[in-house]
Amino acid sequence: MSMLTLGYSVLFYFAAFVLFAGLAYRIYTYANTPSPLKIVVTPAPTTKAGVVYRMWREVVLFESLFRSSKWTWVFGWAFHFGMLLVLLRHLRYVLETPWTWVDMIQPFGIYAGFLMLLGLLGLWARRILVDRVRYISSPSDHLMLAMLVGITVTGLLMKFVSGTDVIAVKNFMLGLIYFDIQPMPEDLILLTHLGLVALLMIVFPYSKLLHAPGVFFSPTRVQVDDPRETRHVTPWAKDAN
Amino acid sequence: MADYEVPELKDIPVIPAIKEGAMAHSSPFVSRAPFQEPMGYPDELVDNWQEVAIEKLGDLTKKYRSLKVFLDSCVKCGACTDKCHYFLGTADPKNMPVARQDLLRKVYRRYYTLAGKFFPKLVGATDLTKEVLDDWYSYYHQCSQCRRCSVFCPYGIDTAEISMAAREILDTVGVGQKYCNEIIGKVYEIGNNLGLPGKALGQTLEDLEEDVEDETGVAVKYPLDVKGADVLVVTPSADFFAEPHIDGLIGYGKVFHQAGINWTLSSHASEAANFGMFIGSYDNMKRVAMRVREAALDLGVKRIVVGECGHAWRVAYQFWNTLAGPFDFLDPNYPVPQHIIEVTHDLIQRGALNLDPSANDDKRVTFHDSCNVARATRMGNTPGGQFILPREVIKASVNHYFDMAPETIHDSTFCCGGGGGLLTDDLMELRVKGAMPRMQALTDVVKEYDVNYLAAICAICKSQFTKTLPYYDHPMDMIGSVHGLVSEAIQLGTKE
Repeated sequence: MSMLTLGYSVLFYFAAFVLFAGLAYRIYTYANTPSPLKIVVTPAPTTKAGVVYRMWREVVLFESLFRSSKWTWVFGWAFHFGMLLVLLRHLRYVLETPWTWVDMIQPFGIYAGFLMLLGLLGLWARRILVDRVRYISSPSDHLMLAMLVGITVTGLLMKFVSGTDVIAVKNFMLGLIYFDIQPMPEDLILLTHLGLVALLMIVFPYSKLLHAPGVFFSPTRVQVDDPRETRHVTPWAKDAN
Repeated sequence: MADYEVPELKDIPVIPAIKEGAMAHSSPFVSRAPFQEPMGYPDELVDNWQEVAIEKLGDLTKKYRSLKVFLDSCVKCGACTDKCHYFLGTADPKNMPVARQDLLRKVYRRYYTLAGKFFPKLVGATDLTKEVLDDWYSYYHQCSQCRRCSVFCPYGIDTAEISMAAREILDTVGVGQKYCNEIIGKVYEIGNNLGLPGKALGQTLEDLEEDVEDETGVAVKYPLDVKGADVLVVTPSADFFAEPHIDGLIGYGKVFHQAGINWTLSSHASEAANFGMFIGSYDNMKRVAMRVREAALDLGVKRIVVGECGHAWRVAYQFWNTLAGPFDFLDPNYPVPQHIIEVTHDLIQRGALNLDPSANDDKRVTFHDSCNVARATRMGNTPGGQFILPREVIKASVNHYFDMAPETIHDSTFCCGGGGGLLTDDLMELRVKGAMPRMQALTDVVKEYDVNYLAAICAICKSQFTKTLPYYDHPMDMIGSVHGLVSEAIQLGTKE
């Protein structure tokens, strides 16, 4: 086994561990931190089913963002929706026999990469050009965008310019899954692509990327508007004097 | 008129270019010993304040899921940056909701996140220094906790939650705000924000009965501490004598009179306001709320109705059941608590009131959705009833009604600029500038429809507008109670 294969194998096991353990810990913490008061932002649904629908609109359509800033919505939605398609398309590299629908979305997933890139560049432009957004940006906000742009660009390069040995990549990935390590192809663009993906997995639970699980625990959005009908009591609040 | 520039109203609303430090000088008076001690807070900055503040911050993130999730989840997308009335009025970038949150978030990151511990510069984490603490005191008292930012945030991050937490930390290290803490002290000691003792309140209400009888020829009652009354009304103490608030109280009395409802006020709970919310103190909020439960039990009432007060309605609607419930001793046929607008609306629907809108034909009315009512409560059974019911009550009482621009009403409404414990003379500049977005929308309907009456259902809004309207060339008496309109329109002696 080459040093490269060993290095990337260790990196991916580590990244996967950090991602899943980190996220599990975060979600556990959020779920176990009490919400002592009803603080839902109204008008809000008065039933649980209504809340599910509200969250669906929030997570799928980015409804609140649409109301607040059309440009941010266009770029943000293009990026996230593009990324979703791209991720689904990538299932073919980790499934021995990809499901039919994974095969069917391949053409869309390929071009969704451009949608992703457009979204990222738009968001980045806002961060630089709009004085208010520039003011609130930290170096990490730029680095996060750089990392995602790096992943997207290297991916597109492999697809449309240089090409890479996808059979070998798939073998490497399946090898990781079945604990039967296979050689990592020596392709600089691929190595950059996968290195950045591993980095993304590692920083995910320790960064603002936590907005992904966070939104499902945001009391202002997920609570039911029924404080008069149902008494809401949590442990520490009950004991407060 | 003032030693600062009153914001200029443009033809169309403009997002200002940021001006760093524009409001860095704005801070309310710091609370002193007589107000701090009864609330259990130190009366000056404690020696180990850094340690205490950091520990308190960690403690709060374990007690409030909102705080924890909000501190972790912001992606700095900027959607909120042009949504705060204080930013629009002052251009100070620290008044952008995300930047206001970041004052606390950067300290949270430094002490409670891995990235902030190891790479503070990279993620914008900083040590808790005296400068940061001063910034907290200044800018967390430039937030009226109106939640407009939360409506527009893709994750629902609510700066009100952050500013409440920050104020509680500030109180814990000994730098409380005088205005709020002094008032909470008065509630404990005397029973209401204005420090009006029970006897004086009784006298005030008797005088009011005489005035109303002189004017209308009908003996409308304004009862106090009547045991066995059906309805306990809890209303902001400003309603007892301040203009234009009192016209609202007169209106409540006329509504109950015509509907034949037996009601009472309470000297024990002679205040609907609960400033415990503004300072983020669960314990104080609970203590203030318990007075209402005690009064209801003591008087043996069947229903509790809340008068025209924005944040009080939020505390009552969202929190009372948790803080002071369960209210299983009250009549289950009515929601607990009920808003006076819900009561009047219901009576209008049932034909129990005789209203003649032509009595208000001198008025061309618009309605200011108060922030807490709009974004933290509901009226009636339908989401959004808090926008519909007050307008229907107004429209039943006046013939000329006009809404302000859609992006400035309903849940997009702008705060009056005086909410969240900022309604104090030592923050006048902030209040005038923060009123700008609402004044802009108001001025537009004044120009277009000759609107001459701004109706509101919040004591803070009414006081704030009385002070700030003249800065924008509107008469101070343009602001009035919704029940002031009902009071004019109701035809006493025709139904009862």
